[in-house]
Amino acid sequence: MNRQEAIDYFQQKVEENTDLSAAIAAIHTLIEYLKLNEAATLAELRDNLQNCIKWLKDTDSSTTAITSGCELFLRFITLTALDQSNFADCKTVLVERGNMYLKNVAGARDKIARLGHPFIRDGATVLTHSISRVVLKVLLEAARQKKRFKVYVTESNPDRSGEEMARRLNEAGIPSVVILDAAVGYIMEKVDLVLVGAEGVAESGGIINKIGTYQMGICAKASNKPFYVVVECFKFVRMIYPLNQQDVPNEFKYNASTLRDGLDLTKEHPLIDYTPPAYITLLFTDLGVLTPSAVSDELINLYL
Amino acid sequence: MSEAGKTFTPGAGGKGKKQDVASPEQPSQKKKLSKAEKRKLRMEKQKEQKPDANQPDAPSVKQPEKKSDVPQKSKAELKAERRAKQEAERAAKLAQKGEMPSTNQGSTGGQTKPRSEIIKKERPRVSDDIKVDDPSVLKRRAKKLEKQQVPQRIDSEKKVNLFNHLDQFERSISLTKELSFSSGGIHPAIVMLGLQYAEGYICGANSSFLNQCRPKSVSMGNAIKYVKMQISNIPQDKSDTEAKSLLCESIDSYIKKKIYLADDAISNILIGNKKIKDKDVIMIYGCSSLIVRILCDAHEKEEIKFRVIVVDSRPKQEGKEAAKRLIRCGVKCSYVLINSVFYMMPEVTKVLLGAHALLANGYIMSRVGSSLIAMVAKSQNVPVLVCCETYKFSERAQTDSFVTNELGDPDDLVHSNSSVDYLRNWRSIKNLTVLNLVYDVFPPELVSMVVTELGMIPCTSVPVVLRVRNVEG
Repeated sequence: MNRQEAIDYFQQKVEENTDLSAAIAAIHTLIEYLKLNEAATLAELRDNLQNCIKWLKDTDSSTTAITSGCELFLRFITLTALDQSNFADCKTVLVERGNMYLKNVAGARDKIARLGHPFIRDGATVLTHSISRVVLKVLLEAARQKKRFKVYVTESNPDRSGEEMARRLNEAGIPSVVILDAAVGYIMEKVDLVLVGAEGVAESGGIINKIGTYQMGICAKASNKPFYVVVECFKFVRMIYPLNQQDVPNEFKYNASTLRDGLDLTKEHPLIDYTPPAYITLLFTDLGVLTPSAVSDELINLYL
Repeated sequence: MSEAGKTFTPGAGGKGKKQDVASPEQPSQKKKLSKAEKRKLRMEKQKEQKPDANQPDAPSVKQPEKKSDVPQKSKAELKAERRAKQEAERAAKLAQKGEMPSTNQGSTGGQTKPRSEIIKKERPRVSDDIKVDDPSVLKRRAKKLEKQQVPQRIDSEKKVNLFNHLDQFERSISLTKELSFSSGGIHPAIVMLGLQYAEGYICGANSSFLNQCRPKSVSMGNAIKYVKMQISNIPQDKSDTEAKSLLCESIDSYIKKKIYLADDAISNILIGNKKIKDKDVIMIYGCSSLIVRILCDAHEKEEIKFRVIVVDSRPKQEGKEAAKRLIRCGVKCSYVLINSVFYMMPEVTKVLLGAHALLANGYIMSRVGSSLIAMVAKSQNVPVLVCCETYKFSERAQTDSFVTNELGDPDDLVHSNSSVDYLRNWRSIKNLTVLNLVYDVFPPELVSMVVTELGMIPCTSVPVVLRVRNVEG
């Protein structure tokens, strides 16, 4: 499987099922690559997998999600010893483990929805940012539990993805309103809680998400409203510990194509921002409901 | 060891005092090694030299019979001794507790025993180190030290009330005047070490004699715990020399792993993750060998163009040493006093602090003045990074600087650069006390990140690391 084939497979997976996270699509691609790869030793196989990950990061999909998902996947499949004598057997075992990992994370969003919906009480007003499939799932689950609530969604420029979110919520019968990004401070006194997704969770417990999340966090804190984040556990990124906005690596902030074209980054708009853990009340993950300081705990357990 | 017999005289010139305690090596060299390592070296020496005591000629020539009373004890005997001492202390404690209620209430003899038992159960366990204002504790300590033939330091008469519970010693009285060479319990290397600690040459702490010289420090505590555990782990059947070499090996590997390699790892983590970038202005406080090493590495190996602001304060003025070392490496430095920290902070992009200990509740214990820097940094949104090896993690929890701290010699504050020492006679002025704190404690909210050899972690994850480490043993 060469570079173009891998990227095609990945794009295909993304288009096939729009509900799929970019990370999951990447993991599917890695498993497929693993099956077709002709490496003769484990070391070569590992190198090839790393290459494949680099190719995937080069597409314009969310780099953060791909990075975290792939690293965790690699870690998971190489975690225990491989004592098969035949290399082909080794590969089969790895593919098996890969599929098992996928099965584990497939149920992630359901688990999160189950954990998260009790926090939305009857009669509540929720504020969310841009479009997030996990947040959508949580809200739909809450509606299924016969709770009545209202949702404000920010328009989220430049791609105006908030409108898509509002459309889906309205279809499901949840009254939702699109507001300007600039109106977050204005609307904060009307809402009871803020619920956002995340593209990545840093080791500090802070999150990386669509630009505009950070100011929502600051407004929420200033108005004493709880700020909840819903995120799957494969989005925990290791070795990313930003001290401030400038400290976030450029490959997360900008599209791969922007970086490739060598444009002047001081004039480009970043796509994401970093919300420090001080502004986050709780994270709902499939590992449970965590405080930001527990994220590091979980990462240490996962990686050490 | 002629130095041991010297008396310390106050007012012999503030700076000259330090030179009185001559040590075989240069002071600057001593400072390069950290406290834990010193302790290790001394322990090794002690282990090595113990077999010499077995040789018949050495004791008879030099020392009087008392030393031969203390032959090479086997570990079992040492343990039995320790147990006996503990029993004696426990009995003394009970007796004292039995005394106190009876004198207070004059109740019948039959009542005192059960009362003391009850009182003993009700009283929460507070470490004796911080109960210096309790006369019974003082009595107990005097008895214990007598048994071990350790001279007791005279408690300073004039202390700040809030810190009455901590030890503050007068430097003027000689520690070792009463210490005869015949005291078999203490090896001369330890005596030298103790004196150096007392002088503050090496800043760190442990063991009953050393405890008198300078109260406990966390990293020492951890190191000692490790050594004790190693001692207890050695199987009984090994011969003494084998056991000793095993112990030396494990001490060496402890030093190597926890200290040298940890420093390497921390430096690599910080630099590898590009936490030090071009055009950075980094503020440091005092002199932490680890921080200086990190900055030198960043400058030499990666050729990152940054500059450093060194903040310094009295009385130790360690910042001068840090500035010297950085300049030698070629790093651009500015030197300021702590008074101007708020003025300098807008220029700073990050603050790098070293730590003396990280407590179990996430609080950081560091040189006095660090909390001030952290607070100013926080108020101006400057990230604060604390670099700390894991051997400095402590299971103690503390929220303020009062509960346990070290009290330095107040006379250090009296001597200043100006020609007149206004506070020369502070002891005779009725309403004036001079306080020289050594450490302070600040909360995790002020710290953005802690860098250890395990990686970058938030300050709140210290208990997690402790837990993981205890599992590993």
